Amino acid sequence: MSIPLFHVLILAGILFALGLGCTVAWRANVIMMLIGIEIMLNAVMLVFVGASAQWGAADGQIFSLMLMALTSAEVSLALAMVVYLHRRKQSVNTDDFDSMKG
Amino acid sequence: MEAILFYLLAAVTLVGTLCAITARQAVRAIVYLVTSFFALALIFYLLGAPLVAAFEVIIYAGAIMVLFLFVIMMLDLGHPEKMQAPRLADWWPALLLMLAITGSVAVLAVARQLQVPGGFTGISVRQFSRALFQQYGVAVEIISMQLLFALVGALYLGRRR
Repeated sequence: MSIPLFHVLILAGILFALGLGCTVAWRANVIMMLIGIEIMLNAVMLVFVGASAQWGAADGQIFSLMLMALTSAEVSLALAMVVYLHRRKQSVNTDDFDSMKG
Repeated sequence: MEAILFYLLAAVTLVGTLCAITARQAVRAIVYLVTSFFALALIFYLLGAPLVAAFEVIIYAGAIMVLFLFVIMMLDLGHPEKMQAPRLADWWPALLLMLAITGSVAVLAVARQLQVPGGFTGISVRQFSRALFQQYGVAVEIISMQLLFALVGALYLGRRR
């Protein structure tokens, strides 16, 4: 084990920034926003695993596993919602879902 | 050796993610992202987490990304002309945020000396599962309930009416 924790944290920070940028830049497309959220959650998992390697405890890896279960639940619900919205409006563009606009 | 591999895999991850978020088609973005997740799984392995690496490949690259691909193909969203790519005006808040985060990371990176952990060889599957099912048994139960609720919710949203 010769990887400094700090470099892992830098990689995770840049990955998180990329995911956030994806979510903000593609805010017109629901699917790409979900992909950005996936990237951000992966960066968080990387932080957990890196910390687990730094202190030699299994807790970080367990929480990254929990995060994975959370992500799969979130993605299944979100994609079901995307299918539902597409069935209603034939579109995944967020600008088409403005019926609550005043 | 491990350090060189780590930096190579980090570069692959970053380039794959960058290509994914700038791809003009959702299907291409998914394929780039699968590449980046494979590299990330190898990074997890290098960090002494073989089980998490395996689950990353099985669940993320194998299930979640295939679910995305399935939905994209089922809804017929693969046409680039139907998918509105972000214009430059859409990109600048994102670029501002990315620059702020990476800039602060860079400032921290210059002002810090490195500390290499010693004597860690990874956590075996036995240690991992012992901690998971003895120490965190309640959390496993709660997560399984959450997965059940997600299943019910997805069924409710997906039914025809």
